[in-house]
Amino acid sequence: MDIILSDMQEFITPVPNFVMKSEPIVLKRRPVRQLGHMDALESESIHILREVAAECANPSLLFSGGKDSIVLLRLAEKAFRPGRFPFPLLHIDTGHNFPEVIEFRDRRASQLGERLIVRSMEDSIKQGRVVLRSENQSRNAFQSITLLDAIAEFRFDACIGGARRDEEKARAKERIFSFRDEFGQWDPKNQRPELWDIYNTRVHAGENIRVFPISNWTELDVWEYIAREQLEVPHIYFAHTREVIRRGNGLLPLSHLVQPKDGEQTENLMVRFRTVGDMSCTCPVESTAVNVAEIIAETAITRITERGATRMDDQTSDASMELRKKEGYF
Amino acid sequence: MSAIKSIALDNTELLRFITAGSVDDGKSTLIGRLLHDSKSIFEDQLSAITHTTNKRGMKGVDLSLLTDGLQAEREQGITIDVAYRYFATPKRRFIIADTPGHEQYTRNMVTGASTANLAIILIDARKGVLTQSRRHTYLASLVGIPHLVVAVNKMDLVDYSREVFERIRSDFAAFAEELKLHNITYIPMSALNGDMVVERGDKLPWYEGVTLMDLLENIPIDHDINLDDFRFPVQWVCRPQTEELHDFRGYMGRIESGSIQVGDAVTVLPSGLTSRIKEIVTYDGLLNHAIAPQSVTLTIEDHLDISRGDMLVKTDEKPQVTKEFEAMLCWLSEQALDPKRKYLVKHTTRIVKALVSQINYRVDVNTLNREAADIFKMNDIGRVRLKVQQPLVCDNYEHNHATGSFIVIDEASNNTVAAGMICPEGFDGSGSRSGAGKLDGFGS
Repeated sequence: MDIILSDMQEFITPVPNFVMKSEPIVLKRRPVRQLGHMDALESESIHILREVAAECANPSLLFSGGKDSIVLLRLAEKAFRPGRFPFPLLHIDTGHNFPEVIEFRDRRASQLGERLIVRSMEDSIKQGRVVLRSENQSRNAFQSITLLDAIAEFRFDACIGGARRDEEKARAKERIFSFRDEFGQWDPKNQRPELWDIYNTRVHAGENIRVFPISNWTELDVWEYIAREQLEVPHIYFAHTREVIRRGNGLLPLSHLVQPKDGEQTENLMVRFRTVGDMSCTCPVESTAVNVAEIIAETAITRITERGATRMDDQTSDASMELRKKEGYF
Repeated sequence: MSAIKSIALDNTELLRFITAGSVDDGKSTLIGRLLHDSKSIFEDQLSAITHTTNKRGMKGVDLSLLTDGLQAEREQGITIDVAYRYFATPKRRFIIADTPGHEQYTRNMVTGASTANLAIILIDARKGVLTQSRRHTYLASLVGIPHLVVAVNKMDLVDYSREVFERIRSDFAAFAEELKLHNITYIPMSALNGDMVVERGDKLPWYEGVTLMDLLENIPIDHDINLDDFRFPVQWVCRPQTEELHDFRGYMGRIESGSIQVGDAVTVLPSGLTSRIKEIVTYDGLLNHAIAPQSVTLTIEDHLDISRGDMLVKTDEKPQVTKEFEAMLCWLSEQALDPKRKYLVKHTTRIVKALVSQINYRVDVNTLNREAADIFKMNDIGRVRLKVQQPLVCDNYEHNHATGSFIVIDEASNNTVAAGMICPEGFDGSGSRSGAGKLDGFGS
């Protein structure tokens, strides 16, 4: 159940596939007095990652294979190369992930030569830690249990994640260093004040901190960065023909988990995913964007939020994300 | 790549601002208006809040619902924590910290203010300059926000009267003079109807100044950061110890102020050892020159013992190294300051044990009077003297925000209990009256 692609206990092996660029950068423009927004956001995120590494005893970085965590990995490279990452990568596998994304996750971790720990919800179900009402039920909310178990197993005192404040109203109020009690719970009314960029990383044993280095990035920033850094993303982010079912306001991808109900028809549409979560509740959007530049163009003019368009589980109530976060969700 | 660049908003400037005002001044409505008129509200958000507005038996769209994110806030119809919002125009990217007006949440205002380039102080045209407006302005000046905008809102409820606007402007200007605040922009507006927010509207023909959006897009912010003194607190030491990089020893951190060039003479503090910059390493290659706030890795010519908490500075631009200093403290915790207890101070990348050795005074933020105090309770602000166990490498906050600021942590609870700003030694601000003179607000 533990996939370890490489071991980072020993720091003396070189980072595979990483060559220190010893050539000076040729500036295309005059040196400026002020950084642009993309450079400023990048620098803020690098600063945050280095603070976690320096002050937390045993951090991990949550890597799902999704675009936000892909950006996090590049930021970690920028923060720590030519050294290795001072933390392992952790993925909570719901068992309902898109196979393309899982394949991408393993390949990317292996390219980076960093350690990847996978903990799966299937195991939590077998152990009776997670009880589902039905096999096909969305597993998104139950990830928390497996995540908290993994935190306890490895004694992680900090988990770095790719959440952004522009995603959702409850997230908009969350600190960059977000304190969780020993039950993994977030208390939105009792958050630590966060001033300037001096972060308080201190926790007692059993408690932990969730750290969100790209809190201040928007969906558009993420795509612009993917373009600028020429990062590879799983191909389901690009427009492709897929068999889908219309349900409520959204489209659901046909899979072994999602089958048409009575009266529903399947259709073949050109779609892409804006997020890649649980297959049973992540909806694609109709799109013709087949490359990053076209996604940026679409994102710049889109009129629907990322989660509003793609997550059925966030639409159940006005406060569904807040409730899940209080339970220990990321 | 060039095709992408032309579609994208490119590397534009980033402006962070806060909105502050009393409970009913219409902060959330103003933010809703900025987002709505700059086409930054998404359809699903709009339809969700329209639905909620109607459910509450009201007509139209209550734009304040956009920022009230937490369940308790929606139940009570108030804002209880800092909410961050993002929007962009072709000229700039914006981060808004929407901070609450309630007295008990002053700490959140300080939190939002600490990273802001600009503050919008909202005033209800019907009510004029209130105690809370004074408090928020004082906090903005204390935290040293470089730019201040006074938005006289709800002009629609005073018949768009020029006289009302001028009276509020002169009241506020008199108060701002006490704080030695300059370069304040006054804008009459109706956030509800959209006048002078993004569009000029046709109700305020007598006002010839800029709209709020014009100001946000164009105000120069390149001098907001200290560009003179090089300060590089070491965050992390990189020693790959591989065969290929056997002797590589890189000091990783962010340039907090100033700039650095290969070959520059540097001093390591607090040790005082000196060397020269050998390389400025980044993932993307070597740089010749780097500026604040870039995150880089520095290597130096000599083999010195440098670790996290040390600071590299240019040899001819030295800060102070001290174990005792005075500071303005903003107490944030429900548990009062206990001068008998030891606390932790986190300053740049250094954490040290600290003791409040003296409380000079507390500021009544409503009258700006100083008063004697034995303890600080939540939301109290005042001047103290601190002793720390290990020396800090610091500047006065007024001169350098990054090396003049610190947080105080309670060692038992691990909570952040106070925010501090280092003051010039012996300098006591007012110079004249003991009452409402110039306090230690670090105005522009």
